[in-house]
Amino acid sequence: MSSQIIIQVLLIAAVAVVGWTMLRSPGGARHQAGRRLLTLAFVVFAVAAIVAPSLLTRLAHLVGVGRGTDLLLYALVVAFLFQILSSFRRNAARERQITRLARRVALDDAPSPPSP
Amino acid sequence: MTPSDGPQSPSPAPDGPVTDAWLVIPLYNEAPVVRDVIAQARRVFPLVVAVDDGSVDESAAQARAGGAVVVRHPLNLGQGAALQTGISYVLERTDAPYLVTFDADGQHSVLDAAAMVRAARDEDLAFVLGSRFLQGPSPVGWLKRLVLRTAAAAASHTTGMRLTDAHNGLRVIRRDAAAQLDLRQNRMAHASEIIRQLAATQLPWREFPVHIAYTDYSRGKGQSLWNSINILVDLLFS
Repeated sequence: MSSQIIIQVLLIAAVAVVGWTMLRSPGGARHQAGRRLLTLAFVVFAVAAIVAPSLLTRLAHLVGVGRGTDLLLYALVVAFLFQILSSFRRNAARERQITRLARRVALDDAPSPPSP
Repeated sequence: MTPSDGPQSPSPAPDGPVTDAWLVIPLYNEAPVVRDVIAQARRVFPLVVAVDDGSVDESAAQARAGGAVVVRHPLNLGQGAALQTGISYVLERTDAPYLVTFDADGQHSVLDAAAMVRAARDEDLAFVLGSRFLQGPSPVGWLKRLVLRTAAAAASHTTGMRLTDAHNGLRVIRRDAAAQLDLRQNRMAHASEIIRQLAATQLPWREFPVHIAYTDYSRGKGQSLWNSINILVDLLFS
């Protein structure tokens, strides 16, 4: 029962990381590499879960979760939050690009000011 | 370029036209009123640039009929984006020493704007911000007042400027201050952003008491209080 604290800490930490990175400006290569490593880890985790379900359950017990499927669900929720974050980021960056482009087009097409 | 490099226009008499400042008016679907607003404004400010933010009605044609130079966004981007485009137009295409941000729905007074330009000139200020709370009672509901006061307090806290009204659309900005602006908040959160960027210039400024005409039209078009939540999210996350 008391080992439940482990998964709670892990999940809260993961959600906090999502929240915190949302507040920070996106980093460059390191940020991207980190995201890819996380994705890779998630794939390994998923394969392990498929190949050896009992392994997942043992891992779940270790961190204080009743069943392996529950642990999988938790991981999925965190991964989903990360997905939301990264698409939010991409949208914001795309919007800035579009804004700059539209402004340039608007200014290039703008009539000249009236001559005094 | 410093303001003194601008066209050497003589200081106009208090009621004469202001020829050393451009009005910058972001415009989005305001066809019913914009022609009158611009025609009236041009009696005091002959130089007006309206940035049509991809309106789907006759706004652009009406603004042109009112006598404004119309710059058209090819698609709707938001009021902040339109404001930045107007500022860029004044900086790139004119050598005016001042620009004035002004709303298209007719809630600002041109005479207030002219007085603010005069104050900027006389007191050598880089920007003058309108405030509806500096003088006398204003016809603002208690909840809206609370939100505006909170926004002003937050802006004061983050910028170190003592502000009474952080979301007033009437501002006079001198050329050197305008050149340091780069608004990235396309939507309504630009009001907080512009204050922050102006504060960062460290140039002299002050607030100026202005009147806001809350007509039925402007009330209907005005921001709902729900929008303050959107502004907060925009400010935090993008």
